[in-house]
Parts: sequence; C-alpha cells; structure tokens
Amino acid sequence: MSAFNAIGDERDIDRDEYTPGLEPQPTWCPGCGDFGVLKALKQALPEVGRTPDETLVCTGIGCSGKLNSYLDTYGFHTIHGRSLPVARAAKLANPGVEVIAAGGDGDGYGIGGNHFMHTARENHDMTYIVFNNEIFGLTKGQTSPTSPKGHKSKTQPSGSAKTPIRPLSLGLTSGASYVARTAAVNPNQAKEIITEAIEHDGFAHIDFLTQCPTWNKDAKQYVPYVDIQDSDDYDHDVTDRREAAEMMHETEDLLYEGTVLTGRYYVDDDRPSYQEEKQAIGEMPEEPLAERYFDDDYEWERSADLLDRHK
Amino acid sequence: MTDNELIWRIAGGSGDGIDSTSQNFAKALMRSGLNVFTHRHYPSRIRGGHTYVEIRAAEDEVKSRGDGYNCLLALGDSFARNPQENAYYGNEETKPLSENLDELREGGIIVYDSGLLDTEEIPDFEERVEENDWHVFDIDLRGMAKEHGREVMRNTAGVGVTAALLDMDLDHIEDLMADAMGGDILEQNLQILQDAYDYTKEEYEFEHDLRVPTGDHEEEQVLLSGSNAIAYGALDEGCRFISGYPMTPWTDVFTIMSQNLPKFGGISEQVEDEIAAAALAVGASHAGVKAMSGSSGGGFALMSEPLGLAEMTETPVVLVEAMRAGPSTGMPTKPEQGDLEHVLYTSQGDSNRVVFAPGTVDEAYDQTRMAFKMAYEYQLPAIVIFDQKLSGENTNLDASFFDREPNPDPGSVMTEDEIAEAAHDASGKFHRFQHETDDGVSPRSLPGQKGGRYLATGNEHNPPGHISEDPENRVYQMDRRMQKLESIRTELDEEHETQQTYHGPDDAEYGIITWGSQQGAVEEAVDRLNDAGHSVKSIGVSDMMPFPEAEMTEFLESVDEALVVEMNATAQFRGLTQKELGLYGDKMTSLLKYNGNPFEPGEIVQGFEAEIDDSATDLATGTRVEPAAGD
Repeated sequence: MSAFNAIGDERDIDRDEYTPGLEPQPTWCPGCGDFGVLKALKQALPEVGRTPDETLVCTGIGCSGKLNSYLDTYGFHTIHGRSLPVARAAKLANPGVEVIAAGGDGDGYGIGGNHFMHTARENHDMTYIVFNNEIFGLTKGQTSPTSPKGHKSKTQPSGSAKTPIRPLSLGLTSGASYVARTAAVNPNQAKEIITEAIEHDGFAHIDFLTQCPTWNKDAKQYVPYVDIQDSDDYDHDVTDRREAAEMMHETEDLLYEGTVLTGRYYVDDDRPSYQEEKQAIGEMPEEPLAERYFDDDYEWERSADLLDRHK
Repeated sequence: MTDNELIWRIAGGSGDGIDSTSQNFAKALMRSGLNVFTHRHYPSRIRGGHTYVEIRAAEDEVKSRGDGYNCLLALGDSFARNPQENAYYGNEETKPLSENLDELREGGIIVYDSGLLDTEEIPDFEERVEENDWHVFDIDLRGMAKEHGREVMRNTAGVGVTAALLDMDLDHIEDLMADAMGGDILEQNLQILQDAYDYTKEEYEFEHDLRVPTGDHEEEQVLLSGSNAIAYGALDEGCRFISGYPMTPWTDVFTIMSQNLPKFGGISEQVEDEIAAAALAVGASHAGVKAMSGSSGGGFALMSEPLGLAEMTETPVVLVEAMRAGPSTGMPTKPEQGDLEHVLYTSQGDSNRVVFAPGTVDEAYDQTRMAFKMAYEYQLPAIVIFDQKLSGENTNLDASFFDREPNPDPGSVMTEDEIAEAAHDASGKFHRFQHETDDGVSPRSLPGQKGGRYLATGNEHNPPGHISEDPENRVYQMDRRMQKLESIRTELDEEHETQQTYHGPDDAEYGIITWGSQQGAVEEAVDRLNDAGHSVKSIGVSDMMPFPEAEMTEFLESVDEALVVEMNATAQFRGLTQKELGLYGDKMTSLLKYNGNPFEPGEIVQGFEAEIDDSATDLATGTRVEPAAGD
C-alpha cells in the first residue's frame, strides 16, 4: 500500500502536462528571461521521467517566485529567501518526491544567502535554480547582490560600492556537488543542464542568467555567450575541484567585462547526498517518513519506552 | 508548607557536578517513597559561578519549590580558582555558602566543605548562625574525597554527610550510583560515601530536629522535567521531525528530541538559524510528516515569518517557545513569563494560531499532544509556551501516566480516492483551499499523491492555490481561516475536559488567577490562605488562544476580587483577559515578579493579604503590584 501512488509512475509524459490551463498566465514582462527557465524546466521534467504529481517546486519571493504558479506540479511559494529550508525538509520527509527549488539573485544570494550556503554544504539531493538578472525586479529595480560594482539604482544613487557576489564560486566553496551556469537566451543548453541537474544525486546549483528587459537593460543578453563545453579555449576537467575553481574565477571576472561563459563547471558524482550521509549514521529512515503515517501495520514506539532512565 | 518536609540545597560552581549529584539525590528521595520537586538556579557561563539545585521532598504532594529551605550543602566553587595563572576571581569561591544564607530557615542545617571554604571570609557568619539557630558542620569534603579517589568526588562525600545528618539510608543512593558508573570510579565513590556517612555519625552529636521524612508510593514513580514531558508528548503524538537551533532553555526539548527521534525512526535537524528551523518544520509537514520546531524569545522572533507562512498556507506545525527573561538576550538562564504577547501577536496581518501554556509537568505532556492534535486537525500552527522554570524543574509522576496510546493520525489529509472525487479546476489543480467548509478546515493533499496538485503560497490565493487579489475570494478565505479558531474553541469546550486547572473551594470569595508555571506555587498559596481563614480559589489558565472566554467569565463572576499572578513587568496575561472579556478590569489586581526568580508560595500569600485582604502591607522584595483599574 502506498499513499503516494504518483511516485514512481513510469509512463510517457507529455510536456503539456506541466502547463496549467488558461489561468494563470505569466505576468512576467515581455522579453523576460524567466520564460526561459519555465520552458527549460517543462522540457527537462518529462525527459527525466518525473510526473507533475511527484514533483514539488519550491520558490521564494520575486519574479522568480512565480515560477511554480505557471507549472502544473505541486508547488510551494514560500517567503523571501526561504525556498531552500522548506524544500530540503520536504525532501527529507518524502525522498520519493522530486524537489526543485528556485529563487532570484536577491532571494537566493541576499536574504537567503545563509540557507544557500548550508543547503549546499549538506548536499541535499535537489536542484536549485537561481534566476540571476543582477537586479531586484518585482520591487522595481533596486541593486542586487549580483549587480556590478558602480551599479546605480534608486537605492544606490551614487552607484554600488560593493563587489558583487560570485555565485558559482560561492556554490562550489559551500559544497554543492554540481555547479553550472546557463542562460535564458541559450534554450538548448538550459534544458540540457536542468535535466542533468535533476538527475544528479546531490545538491545541484544552477546560476541561470535571466535578462531583465525592464530594470536592467545593461544585462547580459547583449553580450556573447560562450558554451565552455563546446569551446576549445575553455576546456577543464569538471570533476576536478581546483580546475573548476580556476575556471569559475575567470568566468566571474569576465561576466562583468563582456564575455559570458556558460556550461557545467563542477560535477562530483561520488559524494553521497545528505540523505545517504544521514542514513549511514543511522539518523534517517530507509523508508520515506511520510509513508509511515499511512501504514496501518507500523508499530509506533511510545514515550513509555524511555522511562527507565527516569525511575 | 507541609509540616514535615526536607528542602535540600546543594550549591557550588557551574561544572562542579551539582546537577548530576542532585538528580541522583532527588531520585533516591523519590525511591524512598517521597514526593519531590526540584528547582535549578544557574548562571549563564560554562564553568564556575554560583549555582544551586534545590530538592523539596515530603510525604504530601509538593507543587513548588516551597518557601526557603532547611538544609544546605555548600561545596564551594572550585572553578573560582585558576591554579595555572595563580589567579583568584574575587569572592566567587565563597558564594555557594554566602549567597544562600538569606533563604535558609531558622534551625536549618549547613554542611560546608572546609577544604575549600573559609567562613572567616564571610562577614557576620557567626552572628547569623547564632541568630538563626543554624546547625553548622564544617567538614573537609575535599580531603575526604582525595583520600579515596579524586578531589571532584567531594560531591559524594557531601551526600554521605547529609545522609548521615538526616538519618537517611544509603541504599537508594548506592543503587543509583551503580546505575550511573562502574569499575574503580564506582568503588571509590561508594567508599567515599560510606566513609563520610560513618565519620559524621561517629564524630558529631546531632542537635538538630530535621530528619528525612518518610513516605510511600502506591506505584512506581518517574522523575522528569517539563522539557522531558513536552518531548514525550510530541513523540506519542507521532511527531517524527524536529528542526532547531540551540538556545537556552529551548535546547532541553531540542536535545531530548534529537537523542530519541533517530531511535524512533524520525529525523532531527540542527540548522543554520531559527528562520530555517521553523521553515524546515513547515516543509516537512507540507510533505506529510508531523513536525515541530521551537526556540526561546530571541530565536522565536526569527520564526515570525515562517509562522505566518504556516498560517497562510494552512500547514500544520507545532512550535515550542521556552521563555527566559528578556528583552533581547535578557537573562539567558532565568525564568520569566514575558513572551506571551510576542507569541500571541507576532507575524504580520490578522494572523491566528493556537497557544497553550501548560502549568505543570503532566500538563506539559497533555497539552503538547493537544497542540499537535489541534494543529493537524485544523491545519494551523500551534504553540506551546512555557518557561525556564517548567523546562528545568523535575517532579515525580506515576510511571503509568505515560502508558498512553500513540496517535499517528496526520489529521485532515485526503486519500487518493477522495482526491479523485474532489473539486478540481480546469487545469487539473485540486481545490485545496475550498471556500465552503463546516469548520473552516479544507482537507489537504500531499506532494506525491495522485491528482492532488495545488500551489501552497504565502500570498492570498483562490481554491486551487493561485495567487489572487479578488476581493470576494479574499473575504471567503480570511473568514474561513479565522473560523478555525472558533471551531477549536467549541471543540475544546465541548469535547474535551477543560485544560484550565481549578483549585480551592468552589464557593470561595476571592480568586487567584495565574498561567503557566506559577500554577503550583499559587495552589500552595491558596491552601495556606484557606488554612489561615481566608476564602480563596485559583484558576491556572492554559488556553491562551483561543481564549477560554466562558470559563474565565464564570470564574470572575464567581468572585468578589481576583489577584493575577504572573512573572512579568507589564501584566501581559491580565491584559489579555481584559482584552478578551472586555470587562472585569476593576476586579483584577496584578501581583508581578520579574527579578529572574519564580514566585514562592509565601510571596503570593503576602501579596494576597496586602492587596486583596488588606491584612498585611509588607510585600516580598522583588514583587510589584499593578492595581485594578479605578484604584
């Protein structure tokens, strides 16, 4: 008996299954890079054989937070910066559910930065897509943690004095076992990377460049994107941590100079996921915890079993 | 105050083993057939600094630490000395003796370690001893311990000495030691215990009257704290996920859960901060596991936003709030009841939650279970609020109290067959947040269930969960969410026995109202007041939200005047009562205490006599009166 029959439902899945009916229609601006994430995700999920009913997409607040409004999966639109703690607990509670978290650069690297660092170091088996448009969009154009130094906005009228976050390096040093960057203007690569990230057993961090045509006209849609896996100039061993770090260093300088490098930077398939680590030390049940509440035969232990030490 | 009671206080420095020694001594007293109640006082530091544990033991029921105490074992603060640097930190070392003299009753016993403490350093010691008729035993406990083992075993020597002075058998103490240790350590400790006992019996003539009381339990007893009871209540109610961040005194519950959950097939997560902690509990519950988190005041402040998220998404979750003195970091190891308003009203919007404040260890168990039941049945956050006092104090209960059935029922969750029959919108999304329900509860589906897809969002939303600012939908959804609290109040009033605790004669002229951990001290005060010819009854209120309007109205209607006893400076519970009832402001006077120590029954007696009965005027230091409106 399973209370979660959708999990492991092996059948051919139509991409349209992930699209809700007429309502709601996306409220993103025309030309917004967020459409690219939505499209890539809709293509990737059937590719990895995940049905809408066994998929949970957790988002934060901002334009990116609306991603799951336009996807016909289970969704949890949380609060600013908090998609990761909600998502990783859902995954621990029911590992059968495919958990994808998403947020913006303000949401993910700013207010939720602490959660990002810790979820990555724990290597939870989930995919985290950060919509990076180097701006606060929904609050109307303030400087974000990834905005370049000198970026002027209504809240930084003299230009930002802060060095921007280096998302890829941050993901790597925090402990993510899969780190990649892709861009909305590169749909084939985006679909490929998201597919790979979902299939990866561990924390997959995707810095997804999403142009903001309304508030950040300088953003990266106007510069050439180079796929590092397709270019002889930028070859590195993605399983080598040091090489990945050096590659990221180069990219994250170049991002603000003109050339944007995309692709997979780091892939560690050997590292156990957090769930496996916890199972190894005996602190995580083998069966999904959520199932237990529907198992009539399960014998629930009682606090009376603990009373010996109190006598 | 019972006529025949032992209140034994062991004092030393943090790290000197005061806690473990007292735990064993309390259990030994319990095993000998007595009722016990422990109280712990400690500073916010790791080692050194004055700390004590008090154990009250009597044949009759004991509900509080009592007034003062009658037997002191002063071990000295060994950490006040720093041999490496040859430094000595002020007068810390003598504090275990000097700091405790004020509360020692007339005719009481003092045992102090003359190997560490010198009474010459305490001004007026001799005069005070004479004045109070104290019986002093200066014994080189350190020397005794060194002789047979190690200096740290002077605790054991001290226990041996007091056991001899009180005519107490060593059997139970020896058994408990054998449970806790083995090998040479056990042998040495047993030797020291016996030597100290024999030495005291041989060398001294006992002129004091105090002896250990005798008693008898009808059935096997267990000794445990409020934090234990909360954790055990959660386990029995099927909680199998906890997430937290350490903060005193919440850490106790968190630790107990973390040590037991994996053995019970559950998951415990220590995470980066309290925002994450509460958000994880919400995430686990959303996925179908009974989950809890918690903190103390400062950490709970961070939980305000996930708390609101749980309300808006109608995700059941139980949060524990272990109060300590505030504001801000306040006094980390001292009790206060200052977070009531914080817990009731924190988070934006017209937010609703269930809040229970247990008053005793057994109530802590029952009400934690009730908090889970309400949270999962009605899909909203429930908070158990208590304080450092209830968290750390140990009392004995019948072991059979815990012989309860577990309740793994996850509440209003639909089966896949039911989901298939339920309403869906054109795009296939399930109507998770339907408008029309009987009690405000719209049953949920869990991620992974077939056909149950919906969006849970902290934004206002329509039935399938899509973000909506439609005015009509907004009113429907708000009204439905708010209706849950009314349904809970109805259920609590009609289907369960009251969670409020009444004490004293029904037809009493005056009332004492209290909430949370002060209940036991209030009940003892009520007994003493009635014995002294007053006519008083009390109510210990546990339901903070939804408020027990009918019960409180009935109580206040039945008395001429009421004294509201609480451990904060702004009369928060009295304020809540007036807000909820809109009346009786002129009937209630507050007796407040916020110096870091809980009420003793005597202070409540004095407060009553000074403010309600007008027969006394001198109030205990550390208490304050907030007069009734119009006074």
